[in-house]
Parts: sequence; structure tokens; C-alpha cells
Amino acid sequence: MPVPKRKTSKVRAKSRKNHWKLEAKSTSKCPNCSAPKLSHRVCPVCGYYKGKAVIAAKA
Amino acid sequence: MRHNVRGRKLNRTASHRKALMSNLSAQLFEHKQIVTTLPKAKETRKFAERMITLGKKGDLNSLRQALKFLKHKKTVFTLFNDIAPNYKKRAGGYTRILKLGLRKGDAAEKAMLQLVEYDDSSEVPAKLKTKAEPEKEVKTEEIKEKKPKAKKASPKAEKAETAEKAEK
Repeated sequence: MPVPKRKTSKVRAKSRKNHWKLEAKSTSKCPNCSAPKLSHRVCPVCGYYKGKAVIAAKA
Repeated sequence: MRHNVRGRKLNRTASHRKALMSNLSAQLFEHKQIVTTLPKAKETRKFAERMITLGKKGDLNSLRQALKFLKHKKTVFTLFNDIAPNYKKRAGGYTRILKLGLRKGDAAEKAMLQLVEYDDSSEVPAKLKTKAEPEKEVKTEEIKEKKPKAKKASPKAEKAETAEKAEK
């Protein structure tokens, strides 16, 4: 059975994983409280969506 | 091949799923809005709207069909007497789903399922307003509108009870 000739060095392994990363979700600005929020979602800070209160605001 | 098989299984057996849909729909008619996960909300919508259509027909057969699906007689009479008449002019689309973001713990998307007519009164003025207007006005309106709603809720419940007695 064919096997790798050399052990993968730390640098090689890490530089391969360099492209393996999380990306930040793009956010939109809440038109009511201007806090960043996920688009098409109710604002988690003020509880507004499409100009009216939907859920209770935090704090 | 699993072609064109509609609906979600929701990790449940057929009977469990049926019970869940019945319960969520009943809760929706009782409370006018419920918070659940997005897939459940989307699946419940299908059954709840079917029930409202039955309520709009309002004949004996559709009443019996509704009683078959919703287990509580009271809820069915609320649906037929109070909820369905509001949708006479609306051809479907009786519910609205609002996405609430991800739940901590299992990162499930939460959603709010609402009956459309029950908050439209506050929606219309909000739409007419220009964006330049201060947000304070919106807040005061919300408070004003919430109060009459609470008052309305109790006579409606009484009506439902009297209607139920009459039906019996």
C-alpha cells in the first residue's frame, strides 16, 4: 500500500489550513436603533421589524 | 428516488408530527402569534391556513373537518366565529413568519408565526410614515395600540363562549 514518504511539516500543515477559516456574517443596520443586525431578521436589540415592535427589547 | 415529496418530517413519526401540527395550529389560533423554530413555523403555516379556509367556508362539513384536526372544540369555535370572518376578503396568506435569529445552544433559527390581521392596524401607519420622522412617535403609537387590544381580547373570548353554547 502506498504511503507518504515524509511527515507533513508544521508549516506545510498550517499553510494548507490558512484558507480554512470562518467568515464574518454580513450585517445590515437596524432602521430603528441603527444597531447591526442580520438582514431579514427582527432586530435583537430593539425588537423592531418593518417599523413596528415585534418582540420585547433587551434591557 | 424521493421525488417531489413535500413537507418536512421534523424528525418525528407520522402520528407525532400530526399531533405537533395540530397543537401548534391550535396555539396559534388561541394566542394569535407563536414563537417556534423556523421549519416548524413554515410547516405549521400550511395546516393553519387550511384550517382558516375551512373556517371561511363555515358549513357543517368544514366544521367537522376542523374538529377532526384541532382537538379542542373551543379553539375551533374561536377560529370559526372570530378569526375566519376577518379573512373574508383575503385569498390566502393569512399568516406571517418573522425570523428572530439563531437560538443559543443549538443555533436553530427561531421564528414568529403570526395571524396577519391581528396587528395590521399598527402596520399601516408605520408604512405611511417617512423615515425622517422621529422614532419617539412610533413608540407612543405602539403603547396606545396595545392597550385597546388587551381590552378587545376579553370580550372576544366571551363571545366565543356564548357562540359555543349556542352551537351546542
